[in-house]
Formats: sequence, C-alpha cells, structure tokens
Amino acid sequence: MENKSSKGWLYLLPAILFLGVFMVYPLIDVFVYSFEEGYNSASQTFFGTGIYNYSYILHDPYFLQAVKNTFILVVVTVPLSTLIALGISCGLSSIKPLRELYQTVFFLPYVTNTLAVGLVFMILFQKTPYTDGLVNLVLGIFGMSPIDFIDGPYWAKMFVLCFYTVWVVLPFKILILTSALASVNEEYYSAARIDGTRPFRIFRKITLPMISPMLFYLIITGFIGAFKAYSDAVALFGTNLNAAEMNTIVGYVYDMLYGDSGGFPSYASAAAIVLFAIVLTITCINLLVSKKYVHY
Amino acid sequence: MKVVLQKLTKIFPARGKGAGGDVVAANCLDFEIPDGELIALLGPSGCGKSTTLNLISGLQKPTSGRIFFGDDDVTDLPPENRGVGLVFQNYALYPHLSVMDNIIFPLGNLRGKDRMSKAEMHEKAHEIAKLVQIDGLMDRKPGELSGGQQQRVAIARALVKMPRVLLLDEPLSNLDARLRLQTREEIKRIQRETKITTVFVTHDQDEAMSISDRIIVMRDGVVQQIGAPQEVYDNPENLFVANFLGTPPINVFSASVKGGFLKIGGDSVLKLKNVPDGGVWAAIRPEGFLLRDDGPFRCKLSRVEVMGRDISVVSENKCSQNPAIRSIIASENRVNTASETVRFALKPHKVYLFDKKTEKRVAFEAE
Repeated sequence: MENKSSKGWLYLLPAILFLGVFMVYPLIDVFVYSFEEGYNSASQTFFGTGIYNYSYILHDPYFLQAVKNTFILVVVTVPLSTLIALGISCGLSSIKPLRELYQTVFFLPYVTNTLAVGLVFMILFQKTPYTDGLVNLVLGIFGMSPIDFIDGPYWAKMFVLCFYTVWVVLPFKILILTSALASVNEEYYSAARIDGTRPFRIFRKITLPMISPMLFYLIITGFIGAFKAYSDAVALFGTNLNAAEMNTIVGYVYDMLYGDSGGFPSYASAAAIVLFAIVLTITCINLLVSKKYVHY
Repeated sequence: MKVVLQKLTKIFPARGKGAGGDVVAANCLDFEIPDGELIALLGPSGCGKSTTLNLISGLQKPTSGRIFFGDDDVTDLPPENRGVGLVFQNYALYPHLSVMDNIIFPLGNLRGKDRMSKAEMHEKAHEIAKLVQIDGLMDRKPGELSGGQQQRVAIARALVKMPRVLLLDEPLSNLDARLRLQTREEIKRIQRETKITTVFVTHDQDEAMSISDRIIVMRDGVVQQIGAPQEVYDNPENLFVANFLGTPPINVFSASVKGGFLKIGGDSVLKLKNVPDGGVWAAIRPEGFLLRDDGPFRCKLSRVEVMGRDISVVSENKCSQNPAIRSIIASENRVNTASETVRFALKPHKVYLFDKKTEKRVAFEAE
C-alpha cells in the first residue's frame, strides 16, 4: 500500500515541481512583498513591514482609475458578450443552410492576428489628418459630428475598449455554446412540442437549464478574463495607459514593475493581491449563485 | 377515440452520395384502431413501426394519406393540437425538474380558458401520480429514480393532459427482465382504468402478445397481419409472421407436397387433402411435435433440455432452415438419449404450409 502511494507521488512529481516553483512559490512571494515597504529586487532589501503599500495604492488616483476601468469593462462586456453569443448560437443551431459558413465567419476573429485586428479597429475608429475613420463617416451620414474615439472623451474610449473586448471574446463563447446546444437531446424538444410548449418557454425551461453548466463556465472564465484585461487596452491606446485614462489593474501592476514609473515591486505586489482578492470574491459569489441555477 | 389511418405513406428521400434509393418507412398503411383498445405495433427494427407512431403523434408529416382521430382529420394538425400523449423510449424526462414539475409541465402550456392555477395543477398531478403509483416520489429528480419509476413518471406526464390517444415508443426496452414483466401489467392496468386508446411500439413479441388487445405485425413499412394475439399466432398469414411470433421460434423446413403427402427429406410426415403437388415451406410450432417410437418424421437427436414442466428436444434435419430444431414436449415423455435418431408425429393444426415463392399461407386439410 505504502509502495503504491509513493509511486503515485512519483508520477505527480513533475507537475507538483513545476506548479510549485512557477506558481505557488511566486504567489507566496508576491504576498510577502506586498507587506514589505520599498522592496528592491536588485539588492533584495526593504525598509520595513506593514500595510503601507496597500494604503499607497488605494490612494493612488491612477490605481483607482484602473479599478474603475476594470469594473466597467467587466460589468459591460461579460453579460453583453455572453448574451450576444447565446443569441448567435441559438440562431446558428436553428438554421440548416449555410450554417457552416456562418460558423466559420463567427470563428474567424479567434484565429486572426492581434495586429491585424488592431489595424482593422484603427480603420474603424482612428482619426487621422486624412480621414475621421469609418465609424465617424457612418455617424456623419446621420448628421452627427465626428468623435475622436482613440484620443477623445473618456466614454468614447471606453466604448471602443468594450466593443473590442466583446468582439474578441465572442468566437470562443459561440463555439462553446453551439456545441452545448447541439448536445441537448432532441427528444426533450419533441416531448415539449407534443405538449404544445411555446418556443420561449422551451428556451427558458429546457434549453437554458440544459446548457447552464457551459453558460456558467463561460461566465466564470469571462469574469476572470475581463479582470485580467490589459493587452487589449495597449493594442488600442498604446503603452501609456495612465495618460490615456484607460489603464486596467493588470496594466497598473505592469507599470509599477516595468513601466515609465517602474521599479516599485512592493506596490505592484499589493495591487496584484488586491486584484486576486477581487477575482476570488467574485468567483465565490458566482459559485454560490450557480448552486441554484446550474443543473449538472 | 378511434384512430384511422388511410393509405398512409411516409417516404424518406435518399440522402448523400452513394445512398440507395428512397426509403419507404410506411407503405400505404390502412387500418383502424378501435376506441379504447391497447394496440401493439410489432416488427423487427427498421420495419417502420416507430415512424408509424411518429406519424400518429404528428412529429413527422406523412408523404401521403390521411389520419383521423374519431371523425377529426388530424393529418395537417401540429402535434400539440392533436391531443396525444407520447412516452419516449428513453422517457425524455427533463433532468433538471422534479417529478412534480415534470408532470405539470404540459399543464403549464395551457392558455386561455384552459389555464390552471398552481394548486389545480398540483391536484391534477397528484391524481395521476396516484394512478401510476409514484405519489411518494414527487420531490425527487429523475436521476434519483429507478428505470421503472422513470417510466411511470413519463406515463404520468403523457396522461396528465388527458390525451385522446396515448402513444408509447418501446416502453419496456430499457427495463430489466423482471421489471419488464411487472411494468407491462402496469401499462395494461393503467390503460384499462383510463380507457384511453393506446398504441405501443415493440420488437418483443412476448410483450405484444401478453398485454395487447390486438397486434399489428409490420415488415419493411408494410402491414403483414392485424388481429388478436392468439389469432395471429394460430393463423399466421405468411411465413414472416409465423417466424416472428412465438418463443422458441417456429421450425421451418424446405418441404414438398407429393400425392397427398407432406414430404420433408425422405419422410412422409403428414397426410394432406386439397393441396397441389410442389415445393412448400413447412413451418411447425415447437409444441406441434409428438414423441412417437413409430413416428414418421425422423431427425438426428442432438440433446435434450429439461425445463421442469416441459422438456425441449433439440435435433437436426438437413431440410431445416435453422441448424437446430426445437420441439417442446410434455415432461412425462422419456427420450432415449442413447439413440441417434428421434421420431416425431405432428399435430396437424400446428403445421403451416407456405408458398415457396410468395411465402403466403397455403391452406390444407389433414386426414
């Protein structure tokens, strides 16, 4: 018996080793740094310990701006992208002709290069000396004055960021939801039809509960992904996100480590721990809510 | 409610490259199901019995022909307006709903003047649950029920709307042998109490014979024979029906009629009247054999199986379609197992002759 369990540990060793060295140890380290004031990674020294780092970042307007941006991004894009994906998937599974073509079209953003996507968004939104961008041209048709989406007002920039995020995460959600819908046994629908169930009731009482595990998976990963957003903002607004008022929490952490104002690993650690706490809380709330609505 | 099918045909068009021609799943079905009867649609897989059921339910549209419920032509009605209850082979109970919610689900669809309050629905559900004897399980989820209990819930859900016709698709195929016996009695009882015209599909002839008022034997989309179970068993109209009904199955021999005798191999096994000479299929029920030392029909003895009440003699004959001939004889008889051959006399009313080509029944009189 003992021999057997030691064998088991041996098989687990590579994974435990890698996870331990590259995941668990850094996590603990970050937690420790976040309580060490003025930690310097080169000299490995610090002035003292305490909650000063947390106090600093919570009073830093850039951090508060980043938290606000992140929350807006999460609250807008997660429900919106999930709803749109659900709508498109339902549409896809109810049509027969051209379904594969549409599936391919909807999946294209997933395999498209980020730079190419950035270029497309430039053409759509960027104001240059030569053109106001496609979106502004369209708005012009309705007699609206052009808006600078990239360097203009806060809400316009936020709109572009949310739009971009929704568009980027859609393909994966559509892929998951179409396969979830396809796996619902056809007999449930036949049974419901025999009983004269109206389409909306079928959707609410049968389809939704049946795909709820997948839906829940998408919502959880959507929340986590949106909280960790950073690269999308950089792709749209460049690296100086603080100046553009478009920074996110992960962006703030990165800036504190390497950015123009870089060299503050203690602040970065404190911000990372705050993010960790937020994500953990939201995920726990999600899990609690799911007990009631998700049917495995 | 009597159900009438008139020249009902369903053709599934051929699909894909290299597929054969169109599939005729139901070919000109023309029969009537009397009010309040329990009918079995019986046939091997692929014979079109499930398609027939789906046509009656309205889940599939016929290619041609009409369907009547009583005097109403329901051919063009969608399933929800036909007033049918359907029990699926896998029950199709909604796994996320409790037994109670499953049963009242159809009631929640009613609108207008038929609309029910929650209390009325629950009362109705309890009434039905009592009928199918699951009233103690109302708060469970389907996953927590045994196969037999799920089956009852499915029947309750189909019955709660008081359908005009109850349809069951292979209702017993997912149950173990013991439960199957119990449940089929249960279905019979529920049907008798509700007096709802009921059609059920099965490939198991035992099931069909034991509980139905009438069986409809199908093959390749064509009705072979309709009648009371005993009548179909005693008077099969063709070789297929004779083969399909009865356990152990009927023994079929390649035989011939010559000069008023039925000949199997070299043996003149039966004296006949009014049959023209020529080749025939001779089919003999296992219980049609009599053990006689001077019997005219000689077979090579393989083994004897004692089954308590009866004994089963397994033998061989080169004219038999099956490698083994099975005959059931009363256990008072003693078979000399040392002997190589066993000799039988035949009960004439357990012997059927069929035309070699058309496989239709050839009538004869024994002398």
